[in-house]
Amino acid sequence: MFDHDHDHPHEPIVTAARPSLYEIMETAVRELLIERHLIGAHEIRRQIEVLDSRTPALGGAIVARAWIDPAFKARLLADGRGACEEFGISFYDDTSLIVLENTEAVHNLIVCTLCSCYPRPVLGLPPDWYKLKPYRARAIFEPRAVLAEFGTVIPAEVEVRVSDSTSMVRYLVLPRRPEGSDDFTEAELAALVTRDAMIGVVPVNLIDGASP
Amino acid sequence: MQDSHPAAQSLISKPVWALGEEPAFRPGARVHVSSRSPIGHYRVPLYLRGKTGSVVSVIEPAGLNNEEEGFGRNAGGRRHYYRVGFEMSEVWAGYPGPVRDRLFIEVFETWLERA
Repeated sequence: MFDHDHDHPHEPIVTAARPSLYEIMETAVRELLIERHLIGAHEIRRQIEVLDSRTPALGGAIVARAWIDPAFKARLLADGRGACEEFGISFYDDTSLIVLENTEAVHNLIVCTLCSCYPRPVLGLPPDWYKLKPYRARAIFEPRAVLAEFGTVIPAEVEVRVSDSTSMVRYLVLPRRPEGSDDFTEAELAALVTRDAMIGVVPVNLIDGASP
Repeated sequence: MQDSHPAAQSLISKPVWALGEEPAFRPGARVHVSSRSPIGHYRVPLYLRGKTGSVVSVIEPAGLNNEEEGFGRNAGGRRHYYRVGFEMSEVWAGYPGPVRDRLFIEVFETWLERA
């Protein structure tokens, strides 16, 4: 709201809703763990810093390098975690990573039907829709309809591969390099790669890359 | 894997591996997902139980048995996860997309039977 005069004080930010059962439980467990010296407040704060430092920009840098460096791409497809570790990306949650390459013949889509498994070390926190039941349920039985709702229409001759992440393995989609990006630098390529492209719901294109 | 280092292998006779160290299934094996319903924490979605697919790859290294780990029991519980591919038409009767569409998932060894 930018169209009002700024000659009056704003309402203070207040939290009116009562905490949920799980919020209360989290607070209680956290306070107990700290009180009994099992973990310290600084460890919780540090872990939040770890999570905040992981964003789709890391994944974008990985994808751009794979596009310009065939040897790196080969290592990435053979051992996703090891190749990301070359970039200094740690896998603090001890998951492994399978990188799924989109090609002319194959389109990959990732989901976690049981909960919200996601390649957090390289992409950060998942979007809300990824964690909600409509996406989790529909991605596995009508992936083409879900993709079409994202504006991604996959031709019938292209195989759709849905990977359901349920255990110790996470996935990252390696999207196709867009046509017309031959002259782009590595940094310019990285800026084209969106979070949703690395989940597999959209392709990378020259128009809507690098949007905030 | 014991076959990955021929130079080292040539110096010693093959040691015997403990039960469970070696993957029970190889890529290409046809497998059937068990349809049991244990109580507690497990990571095999209901929609895949009883379905038949093919092992695509063996996930290394072996992982803890997550059902036992859910109860704090994890000693000696390491087995492999397998990346298993299913035809969508096998998972969903009346799948509307092309028959070539597939679904992939990692399944712990204790949930797989030879099909």
